[in-house]
Amino acid sequence: MSSDTKVAKQKTTSKPGFRVSRTTYPTIAAVVLLVILLVGGQLIYGKIFAWNTFSSLLHNNAYLVILAVGMTFAILTGGIDLSVGAVLAFASVSGVLLLQAGVPWPLAAVSIVLIGTLFGLLSGMLITYFNVQPFIATLSSMFLARGLASILSTEPVRVPKESPMLDLASKIMLIDGPKKNDLTISINILIALAVVIIAFFLLHNTRFGRTVYGLGGSEQSTELMGLPANKTKILVYLVSGTCAGLAGLVYTTTVGNAQNITGVGWELDAIAAVIIGGTLLTGGAGYVLGSVAGVFVLGVLKLLITRDGNVPAAATTIITGAILLVFVLLQRAISLTGGERGSEAAASEIEKEQEKAPALS
Amino acid sequence: MKKLLRNQLFWASLVLIVLVAVVLLNNQSASIGFSNGKLTGPIIDLFIFVPPILMIAVGMTLVIATSGIDLSVGSVMAVAGAVSMQFLVNSANPDTPGAALIAVLLALVVGLACGMFSGFLVSVIKLQPFITTLIMMLAGRGIANMITGGKNAAGNSPAFNWISQGRVLGFPVGFLLALAILLIVVLLVRKTALGMSIEAVGINPRAAEMAGIRSGRILFMVYALSGLLAAVAGVFSVAYIGTVEVSSSGTGSGMEMDAILAVVIGGTSLAGGKFNLAGTTLGAFIITALNQVVVYLGVSSAAVPAFKALVIIFICILQSDRIHGWFSRPDLGQSDDKKSADSDKAKVVAA
Repeated sequence: MSSDTKVAKQKTTSKPGFRVSRTTYPTIAAVVLLVILLVGGQLIYGKIFAWNTFSSLLHNNAYLVILAVGMTFAILTGGIDLSVGAVLAFASVSGVLLLQAGVPWPLAAVSIVLIGTLFGLLSGMLITYFNVQPFIATLSSMFLARGLASILSTEPVRVPKESPMLDLASKIMLIDGPKKNDLTISINILIALAVVIIAFFLLHNTRFGRTVYGLGGSEQSTELMGLPANKTKILVYLVSGTCAGLAGLVYTTTVGNAQNITGVGWELDAIAAVIIGGTLLTGGAGYVLGSVAGVFVLGVLKLLITRDGNVPAAATTIITGAILLVFVLLQRAISLTGGERGSEAAASEIEKEQEKAPALS
Repeated sequence: MKKLLRNQLFWASLVLIVLVAVVLLNNQSASIGFSNGKLTGPIIDLFIFVPPILMIAVGMTLVIATSGIDLSVGSVMAVAGAVSMQFLVNSANPDTPGAALIAVLLALVVGLACGMFSGFLVSVIKLQPFITTLIMMLAGRGIANMITGGKNAAGNSPAFNWISQGRVLGFPVGFLLALAILLIVVLLVRKTALGMSIEAVGINPRAAEMAGIRSGRILFMVYALSGLLAAVAGVFSVAYIGTVEVSSSGTGSGMEMDAILAVVIGGTSLAGGKFNLAGTTLGAFIITALNQVVVYLGVSSAAVPAFKALVIIFICILQSDRIHGWFSRPDLGQSDDKKSADSDKAKVVAA
């Protein structure tokens, strides 16, 4: 361990002019991996750098981008939100049932989003007022949402074909390429983009954002500084829940139906994307844009595996796991080299206090 | 009386009694019957279905006591089940006790290996348990798929299935085996220093290290044991239905959540440092009873999660300081807390 830190220290001192923060490295690594996957895919399978490939990547991953953005908030505070997949399912099933009952579509769309917000509120209340750990609080929200979705319907419910809500997913031509090589976007993609921009602004330009990072660094210090720790925590889970609701809206309009088992395991996909994107699971450091890169790493990976055709589908999860492992190891190496000095300082402080202690007594 | 109200096991037992009562009231057959040399009835059903969850919950308790978490148990169950079933499918004579024994041993070895892998990452590389076992959870499901070639392998071995379906004197074998394993684990952690070491690591790994406990070794051992017990659970559950289902909603899916729930209901704090295997056993029974209650009440089994959620939320709120404050006068409650904390310290010192 000590030799490792020495090597790392030499590395850092050998680059005196390099001012990128150490915690940015995993995010850079994610972007590099994304580029490698894209370029490698292009070289091996071809047709990666094509408008229609990019379009389908955007269409297929818009919902996961939104989920990952919400998850980034939760993880930045050192928490977690396991409920997003289940909340998405419940929100979209109930929204579609409302549509079928003849409720006007804007109302149904808003209710899908607000159901997400409500579940975020539930988790947030449990966490802040009853001191339940985020893991358990969001786990219970997950069970609750999944169960409620199943009570509503265990069959897939279809969005009525003539419903204007489906227009959210209809493709808008941007660049009309030769044959079917078009760059298309949809309102859903614009929603995802807006979510990313708003999240970026919130995290990097507002007091709320600074408090989020502060909570992840040290909750106690944040409170001592007079920042509204509890309020911020509730807001974070509200954001995460709302994102889950929005992702539900986006996904439902994309596939045209909703089911109680939609989104099983998507919370793990979102967590994986956030971790690959360079956000520390312990909180306090990370980037929302990194999470977006993480989503696309996973998306491109799936794309390449289907292009290859020889890799069994089961191997996808193994490969995802392996990539996740590599990134966590990378983060570990970085926090080891960066954190060692901190812990050394803490240790020497403890020693000082121990020296003081006999004098006091 | 106040002490009783503050005791988490008291509340948990009450919940279990209510659940069992609901089952008995809604079930026409005798609560414990006897037919064809088998004990039957809703209470015996409880003993048939509890072993898998009990096994993983015991492993989970020890992991949580070190302030970790093991999300991979469900996937490890699937991997272990897949290995044993695939072995039986390929063996020439699956019904011999020898083949069944080898299948079980293979499952245990593979489960142990999975646990050791997580344990290595947590104790040596010092990764966070949550993410380490999340990786194992993701990869495990894929590995189970690869082992059986994506099919649900059916072992066709009555000898193997006896582990879970068989009866001794009319009583389910699976539960007796689970009970024996539980006793071994309890003796291991309570009659040796292992339990105290686990708690010490859970409270403060650094301090434990200074006190001469090899934190790394303890962590490694705990995750390895959790993997091994998950493999036992995997054997129990594939032996009960005779096949392994490798899909993401198949063998062991969602079991990690049930196990965590059982542990939390049993009063072990997720913050680590203290554990209560008796509570976990009670928790495992509650989860099993909960699944049954919903069936007897005629609610679709898909709605089970909502009931579980309400139970967790109820228990979490009961356990929170805010509610404890309502039960007792604030000043009294605080002094009680201090007292119990002091006596805990004294226990640790004495041990």
